[in-house]
Amino acid sequence: MVYLTRIEHFNAAHRLYNPNWTLEKNEEVFGKCANKNWHGHNFELHVTIKGKADPDTGFIFDAKKLALVIQERVVEKLDHRNLNVDVDFMRGQLCSIENLIVGIWKELEPGLPTQVKLHSLKLVETAKIYVEYYGE
Amino acid sequence: MANKVAIYRKEHFNAAHRLFNPAWSDAENDKIFGKCAYPNYHGHNYDLIVKITGVPDAQTGYVVDTKVISDLVRREIVERFDHRNLNEDVAEFKNLNPTAENIAIVIYNLLRPHIHSTLELQVRLYETPRNFVDYPA
Repeated sequence: MVYLTRIEHFNAAHRLYNPNWTLEKNEEVFGKCANKNWHGHNFELHVTIKGKADPDTGFIFDAKKLALVIQERVVEKLDHRNLNVDVDFMRGQLCSIENLIVGIWKELEPGLPTQVKLHSLKLVETAKIYVEYYGE
Repeated sequence: MANKVAIYRKEHFNAAHRLFNPAWSDAENDKIFGKCAYPNYHGHNYDLIVKITGVPDAQTGYVVDTKVISDLVRREIVERFDHRNLNEDVAEFKNLNPTAENIAIVIYNLLRPHIHSTLELQVRLYETPRNFVDYPA
């Protein structure tokens, strides 16, 4: 079994805010991340697939095609967008990177051919913060 | 013989913005600024590198104390910009498009009065790992 990772990126605005709480409670829990006019990040997404190399191509899955799947299913929905307002699969959810990475998995997995398995995602929010998800 | 040395301090802030010229139609803004003009904003992790050039002080060996520069940049820039919407929350961009170019000029103008006149200042601003500007050029 070989693991292949493709890295893509998108720039987006968001805010951490629970509509069931008061503004004070939101500020207490989320601090400046709750700023009502949003803030933003350069997000980096690492997509790792696993599979066996095809005897004819030597590929698990053509990395260029993987890039296109990530672009079409995820990056086009997120890049230069407001995660809270513009993204259908995040509607009604808190826009933490924890929730975002699970949402990205659900968007991405059905777009992969049956011979490859999505192994993990890594979503980097800042140079100091990232999350990983293994579909568990 | 002046031994001029440049010293750099790196800080960062995360902010939302959009590129938009209110004098233009939505169609013109879309044409020029593309997805950067999307109405609900997007955002970046900005990296700011402040460059100070001067002759090291004979007593301290410093061009400038980097702790002083760090405190200054945090007070004047990071406090003002971090986790903000540059278009909505920062007075300097009420009537100025917050491109990387203009943000660098604003940062320079905010810092310059606080840095001794014998020292040169230049700011480098990374909007993404691939896009960055220097001011003054």
